[in-house]
Amino acid sequence: MTALSLKDLDISYGDTQITHKVSLDIAEGESFALVGESGSGKSTVLKAIAGLAPEWTGEICVLGKARGHGVDRGFSRICQMVFQDPYGSLHPRKTVDATLGEALTIHGIGDRSARVEEVMASVGLDRKFRFRFPHQLSGGQRQRVAIARALMLKPKILLLDEPTSALDVSVQAEILNLLKRLRREQNLTFLMVTHNLPVVSFLCDRLAVMRHGRIVEVAGVDELKRGDLKEPYSRELMQISAAHAS
Amino acid sequence: MRPLLEIENLRVTFPTARGDIDVVRGVSFTLGRERLGIVGESGSGKSMTGRSILKLVRAPGRATADKLAFDGIDLSTRSEKQMRAIRGARISMVMQDPKFSLNPVMTIGEQIAEALLTHKRLPRREVNDRVHAMLESVRITDPERVARLYPHEVSGGMGQRVMIAMMLIPEPDLLIADEPTSALDVSVQAQVLDIIDELVRRKGMGLIFISHDLNLVSSYCDRILVMNTGEVVEECRAGELMNATHPYTRGLIASIPRLDETRDELPVLDRSAWAKA
Repeated sequence: MTALSLKDLDISYGDTQITHKVSLDIAEGESFALVGESGSGKSTVLKAIAGLAPEWTGEICVLGKARGHGVDRGFSRICQMVFQDPYGSLHPRKTVDATLGEALTIHGIGDRSARVEEVMASVGLDRKFRFRFPHQLSGGQRQRVAIARALMLKPKILLLDEPTSALDVSVQAEILNLLKRLRREQNLTFLMVTHNLPVVSFLCDRLAVMRHGRIVEVAGVDELKRGDLKEPYSRELMQISAAHAS
Repeated sequence: MRPLLEIENLRVTFPTARGDIDVVRGVSFTLGRERLGIVGESGSGKSMTGRSILKLVRAPGRATADKLAFDGIDLSTRSEKQMRAIRGARISMVMQDPKFSLNPVMTIGEQIAEALLTHKRLPRREVNDRVHAMLESVRITDPERVARLYPHEVSGGMGQRVMIAMMLIPEPDLLIADEPTSALDVSVQAQVLDIIDELVRRKGMGLIFISHDLNLVSSYCDRILVMNTGEVVEECRAGELMNATHPYTRGLIASIPRLDETRDELPVLDRSAWAKA
């Protein structure tokens, strides 16, 4: 079944049109990557899906249901987003417990304490962190909190916006392993934005290359591993990536 | 030939409520006119090492060294005023993020000119010519227009090139680049590093390139120091990084995913193994 489908999605910020006719189909349980340089519109696509960029035309369907332009609680339960910068995405004056519990309060879900502990355990955060503030945590721990927050409502789909680019390589490895395990255990669907092709190779099944707001190529990860991308721009990205991995 | 920079037993200490903490613990190295990379994770002390060369460690932090000599000058005995004559003119530093390191209320042209005029008195026309020439050498195609812009009007990649221009216009002998590209896109990263590389080679400068990215450092440097918890754990030629022997270095290399990744799980560093008691 299709978890997420975009049809002819045009997203604008004011008078500027950011994306042009973006169409994608992502199957349930699939891990899909959007790659491209800054300004290519890849993060904007995630924002539109999450409801943070409401000026769009076209169609966004999640698990067969079309998404409206406004805030949609039912939608929040199936689709959640993890942001790039764990230093900026957590409320500095809320404890981990408050951050994680907020979604439960909004949705009127009880059993708060047990659910917070359960999610913390699943992202590998020790119980002792529960009443700490973000500034008392390391970057990797904060990103675990951000992932835990996204998982509070037991969503089916996670939108990941460069989830590891602000982290050290060794911490990046921990978070990537965590995401891979969570996807397996909870049968999640991932849509990840990144400019790091090796990360795509580790975590994803398929990828779409974006440039100037358009998708220029969709390929399987095997083609990426073999270096078989067809578009000149995709090959350019691959070469830059290969040049630094000696 | 006399080395450009000699450091022996550098220590940087910060006082905390629970006693002093050493963030750099006895780092020693010498640098000629070459490209030296310092890699390590956050908190490994690599940036503090770079900053203490310019004596930019802020109080209450303290930097001490048995020897800290630049081109025969003993930096540890220099006063703040004497250091100002060295900073920029002889040793300069490219910071991580152009958004926070450029002055938001000065045009780009004025900022670059200021870097030059702090150390030299020059007629205005010559200053303008040199600013434009410098902007051209960092591959900004229309320097006259860009010189009139404010930092918020340019992209991150261009901002970083502006900062490089500003740092190189007084023609220093040593450039310290502290994560010069971490705030940039991959495609722009290579461009910025190529510019630094070309200018450093052409002017025969020394370069200290501080980064957490092992691959990047190994492709742009001659020699690499790997730092962990304030100490240099390994030193090697850039080309031999893949044969590194220290478990920490090996762990770092192994944890980077590859383009043709086949591992189901990435190895994770066991920090307890070499964390000092």
